[in-house]
Amino acid sequence: MTVLQQTATSPRPVPPPAWRPRTDPAPLLPDREPFRVLGTPAARDADPELLKRLYAALVRGRRYNTQATALTRQGRLAVYPSSTGQEACEVAAGQVLAERDWLFPSYRDTLAAVARGLDPVQALTLLRGDWHTGYDPREHRVAPLSTPLATQLPHAVGLAHAARLKGDDVVALAMVGDGGTSEGDFHEALNFAAVWRAPVVFLVQNNGFAISVPLAKQTAAPSLAHKGVGYGIPGRLVDGNDVAAVHTVLDEAVRRARAGGGPTLVEAVTYRMEAHTNADDATRYREAEEVEVWRAHDPIALLERALREAGHLGDEDVAAAREAAEEMAAGLRARMNEDPVTEPMDLFEHVYARRTSQLREQAEQLRAELDAAEETEQTEQTQHTEQTGEDHR
Amino acid sequence: MTTAPAAEKPATTTRKPATMAQALNRALRDAMAADPAVHVLGEDVGALGGVFRITDGLTAEFGDDRCTDTPLAEAGILGTAVGMAMYGLRPVVEMQFDAFAYPAFEQLLSHVAKMRNRTRGAMPLPITVRVPYGGGIGGVEHHSDSSEAYYMATPGLHVVTPSTVADAYGLLRASIDSDDPVVFLEPKRLYWSKADWTPESPEPVGPLGRAAVRRTGRSATLISYGPSVPVCLEAAEAAREEGWELEVVDLRTLVPFDDETVTASVRRTGRAVVVHEATGFAGPGAEIAARVTERCFHHLEAPVLRVTGFDIPYPPPMLEKHHLPGVDRVLDAVARLQWEADFTGREGAR
Repeated sequence: MTVLQQTATSPRPVPPPAWRPRTDPAPLLPDREPFRVLGTPAARDADPELLKRLYAALVRGRRYNTQATALTRQGRLAVYPSSTGQEACEVAAGQVLAERDWLFPSYRDTLAAVARGLDPVQALTLLRGDWHTGYDPREHRVAPLSTPLATQLPHAVGLAHAARLKGDDVVALAMVGDGGTSEGDFHEALNFAAVWRAPVVFLVQNNGFAISVPLAKQTAAPSLAHKGVGYGIPGRLVDGNDVAAVHTVLDEAVRRARAGGGPTLVEAVTYRMEAHTNADDATRYREAEEVEVWRAHDPIALLERALREAGHLGDEDVAAAREAAEEMAAGLRARMNEDPVTEPMDLFEHVYARRTSQLREQAEQLRAELDAAEETEQTEQTQHTEQTGEDHR
Repeated sequence: MTTAPAAEKPATTTRKPATMAQALNRALRDAMAADPAVHVLGEDVGALGGVFRITDGLTAEFGDDRCTDTPLAEAGILGTAVGMAMYGLRPVVEMQFDAFAYPAFEQLLSHVAKMRNRTRGAMPLPITVRVPYGGGIGGVEHHSDSSEAYYMATPGLHVVTPSTVADAYGLLRASIDSDDPVVFLEPKRLYWSKADWTPESPEPVGPLGRAAVRRTGRSATLISYGPSVPVCLEAAEAAREEGWELEVVDLRTLVPFDDETVTASVRRTGRAVVVHEATGFAGPGAEIAARVTERCFHHLEAPVLRVTGFDIPYPPPMLEKHHLPGVDRVLDAVARLQWEADFTGREGAR
């Protein structure tokens, strides 16, 4: 008898526990088709009052987007990454949370912050350029807009985890784009959230592009919602232009998180109708025909049609929503046309709780420079007045 | 250090030899006991007590929610700590080794360091990031980096490093108490250094940002921190044979930098050598030498010299002794401080 035969006939020991099959992944998998409500039988179960509120918010949101883009052309905003076409996701994310919950927006999500109740001027401070964050995050429970991609997701996990440790039933909703799902922080955040069973909802707005790079070059995953499975997180796929569907899916995920069910990954399929920002040229990487296809799926038109067909929305409602949006835009325009007051000495104000001796010295230097500049200006004005007899002050 | 026979010890003393590792462990324990907001998280900090045992016993005493083994992902650890701090906790994060902290750099540089500033003071982040650093323990690659220059170059961070057992306790407590984020660099080759120290009467360290004069002298100032301080003290002792009385300044906090103490010392001695393990080019010594020169120019008898690690990736264990600044290299630098050109008759010069 050879050694080989002996081995082949000997019974193997019972496998160690680590070899046994793990959790069944099937319940975590997203559906093949994005979840829809509008234009489906599910629409009959939707709360018409909620849909009407969402409609008004969408109209207002679109107007906010067009106004902010206009402000970049007038030099009143340094840059604006528009969420035109994505208002359903933005509005649903901003409205689905309870007051005690937290929102973690990316730079494209100022509208979500506004939909949550933030003053538009405060939300746009970063993009206006007078400071980085224009609001106290704890006041509205809106984290600072995150410019580095996906880095705000672990913050959301940590905050939700801390809240749970303290016994507070607070949920964090974190927003990221399709490109952001390639970042390491996206994966680390999902992993930590799952291990800690943190009450977090991850909303991925798949708007088709990471600046110019289309999704096909971004990932080979069956869908972005599938990315949850590897971490033990259920993935949900939703039509990102159907505000009723997005709101429903997010609401379920928030309830699940609040009840201790752990995190959910939601992929909302939508489209970025504008360029990445006003500084981008989308004609270099996509065809106008593609944009037109998506225009037919406009989130506002979709909801308006459904509400009108169901008899929940009339011309006067539409007019009222538009009027309210115009009023918001006029107010925003007027306030943004005022020059913000900046204070150079603020540069040294919030680096540390107490200024270091080095910062004290540098603050003195800047103070002296400012004083000298002011003195020069006054001298020049005096000379000008003496020479011309005109006083332009 | 010789231990006194037991019979000669006063009966009332509670001071007994403790290691720096024990002092750090005690600091964490006392901080957690004093403030329920203090949470420790990192890789292997739970049952194992950390690879250097600095978190030994914390999970057993405070539970898994207070001292938490995390998944193995440094950006995730620090990123979640940011969120925890946003909700009012006071996280103490352990990075397992100096070079393993690099994945967390984006979180550290873009969020931890800037959150107070980004939010105009509304949301400071009281996070302590503990990083065992430096060489001299025979570690294989990626286990011996001196990464302090990266942290020093990032506004918004405090950078703290102890060189004594008492400071390990005091500076860590002060760091955890700080409302600003602190990168707390633990010199791993001093983890097992011992001193008579008792946690019941810890020496107060005051606010972060004060250097300590470890040895006074009139000939020249050795400016150092962390693992190089004992080297400087040894060099100062050896220098007496050459007729030099060397002053040793232990910076203790690299940020905020104590210009006052350093400047006062160098103005007194007229000569200075900066000593550290980190590479010299664009290293901490470059900043320190520049500051000293700017502030002490008319008091200097010689250029400020630097004794640092070579400008190479950290060497393999069998070669590290050639890289690390030792007593001889420090003394060689002191010898090059232009003693022959000293026509000033400065008192105390050799």
